[in-house]
Amino acid sequence: MRICLLLSMTLLAGCATVQPWEKGHLAKPIMAFDPDPLTARQHKQIYTSKEAASGGQGVGTGGCGCN
Amino acid sequence: MLTLAWVPARAADTGVPAPALRLLDGQGRQHDLAGLRGKVVYLDFWASWCGPCRQSFPWMNQLQQRHAKDGLAVVAVNLDTEAKDAATFLARYPASFSVLYDAAGASAKAWGVKAMPSSYLIDRQGAIRSRHIGFRPSSAAELDAQIAALLQTP
Repeated sequence: MRICLLLSMTLLAGCATVQPWEKGHLAKPIMAFDPDPLTARQHKQIYTSKEAASGGQGVGTGGCGCN
Repeated sequence: MLTLAWVPARAADTGVPAPALRLLDGQGRQHDLAGLRGKVVYLDFWASWCGPCRQSFPWMNQLQQRHAKDGLAVVAVNLDTEAKDAATFLARYPASFSVLYDAAGASAKAWGVKAMPSSYLIDRQGAIRSRHIGFRPSSAAELDAQIAALLQTP
């Protein structure tokens, strides 16, 4: 019972509502999935060619790293 | 669980009297929205990290310049948690209207701010006439017309 309560309290603490005006930290470039779109695209191109896989990343490659 | 943690703020809606707003400016002087009764107030909630806010500042400067004599007051409430972020923003985008500070965001909660920036148009009787979410330069003309019309009404 006590463990259950403790667990639920921990879970509750994890649920924080971020208000629109509290998004200052989230708006920082470092918080973005891809801070630099060009670099991200380049990484995907290299990744797909090195893994000999194509598609699924939105970047066209033939697996040879040539296109 | 989620509903327990989430306490909805009562939103300031159109047609209702504006909620109280008492905040300090950069010099530490207290300003009260109720003191602007008799004027049309364009109240804007902004933060330094908000992109459209950058675009809205030159427009709000123009608005203040053009309509101050007609009884318009532009009031911008800054919601940055760090005061220096707001100072950096204001150095790049100077404001010729009054800027108030609310780092705690209590006013944004009271006014039910849904997105940044949010602005409210308050008539001379102190009632909210319209609310705008976000800012696009393309919709500024529409806002201009709305404000001009409200300035005509006593």
